[in-house]
Amino acid sequence: MRRDLRQDLPALTRASSPEPPLGLSGARRRLAVDAAGILVSIVGFGVVYGLSARNAGLSLPEAIAMSTLTFAGASQFAALGLIAQGAPWPAIVLLTALLNARHLLYSAALYPWLRDVPRRSRAVMAHFLTDEAFALSLHHFQRLGRTDIPGYWMAALLVFVPWNLSVAAGVIGGSAVADPTRLGLDVIFPAAMGGLAILLIKGRRDLAAAVIAILVAVALGLAIHPAVGIVVGGLVGPLVVVLVRPERPTPGAEAPAGIEAVHDASIGPVR
Amino acid sequence: MSLDRVLLAFLMGVVTYPSRALPWLAPGLERLPPRALDYLRLVGPAVLAALAVSNVVILLDAAGHPAFHVGAEWLALAAGLALIAWRRNLFLGLIVAAAVAAAARALGV
Repeated sequence: MRRDLRQDLPALTRASSPEPPLGLSGARRRLAVDAAGILVSIVGFGVVYGLSARNAGLSLPEAIAMSTLTFAGASQFAALGLIAQGAPWPAIVLLTALLNARHLLYSAALYPWLRDVPRRSRAVMAHFLTDEAFALSLHHFQRLGRTDIPGYWMAALLVFVPWNLSVAAGVIGGSAVADPTRLGLDVIFPAAMGGLAILLIKGRRDLAAAVIAILVAVALGLAIHPAVGIVVGGLVGPLVVVLVRPERPTPGAEAPAGIEAVHDASIGPVR
Repeated sequence: MSLDRVLLAFLMGVVTYPSRALPWLAPGLERLPPRALDYLRLVGPAVLAALAVSNVVILLDAAGHPAFHVGAEWLALAAGLALIAWRRNLFLGLIVAAAVAAAARALGV
């Protein structure tokens, strides 16, 4: 299990936490402490996203709409890059769907805890499921030894509210910076994308997919257009790896929707 | 103030929501074939890496034609990514990347 992916998040293993179950108020206090720990990275990254959104030409309402309606930072960053490169909307939407498909795994892993929650409530709760909300709420349920819906909302809103406020702060604060390139702010976007990719690479297959994607993206980007290169490279790199080096099944391995798969899919400090 | 991309944000939310909601609303649907899950898992690093490198290596000239670009951004990106790989700390890496780019430009690199 890649604990090093997110050292600011609590461990995710369902398997036997050595701690005995806490009382409700104790568990919620621990949840708040865990959330405070990741608040720094959420706020920092939110401000960076806001600055990048402004540099990409998004207005405040557009940046906030993306943060509240999509609420998935990595894909929001990716969308900024594609917008800046002039990619068509269908390409941006397609990549968003693929990048956010990992939420299937989070949602599947939490389902056993939420199966008794009314369906309508689950439908609303689902929108707020992010890397952080997943990690915080799963750990909270495990600590408590049962489901706690207010605890889920606490985890979700402790991510949602600071993220959106910091995005707004980034967009508004960015307007005070006359020349973002002088401060190196233009480099933050590619560094964030590259950094998230590095945090996701956990083996040769991931590395190969990334390298092939880069080569295809640069070649097509120079020959045709960067947006075309990014979309085609991002789709072809993984395809080549899946076809040429299929994943070897681990003997006795559970279905991929298990906690291990979920944790491996964890993408980074933004949703 | 532009509102054009609010619709894009909405569409991005529309395609993200099923990934979050399907396992809770229609349990079992998340069990895609292992190859499909494997592919989706690899898409993340591939797209993000392609975005990062393209953003630094390719610039559009005044006429909108792509051109190969070499500049201080390469150094800044390398420094930031090295730190992220070493410390597993994204935020710190971003700060360093911006600082290196700012310093390089101040020095006229």
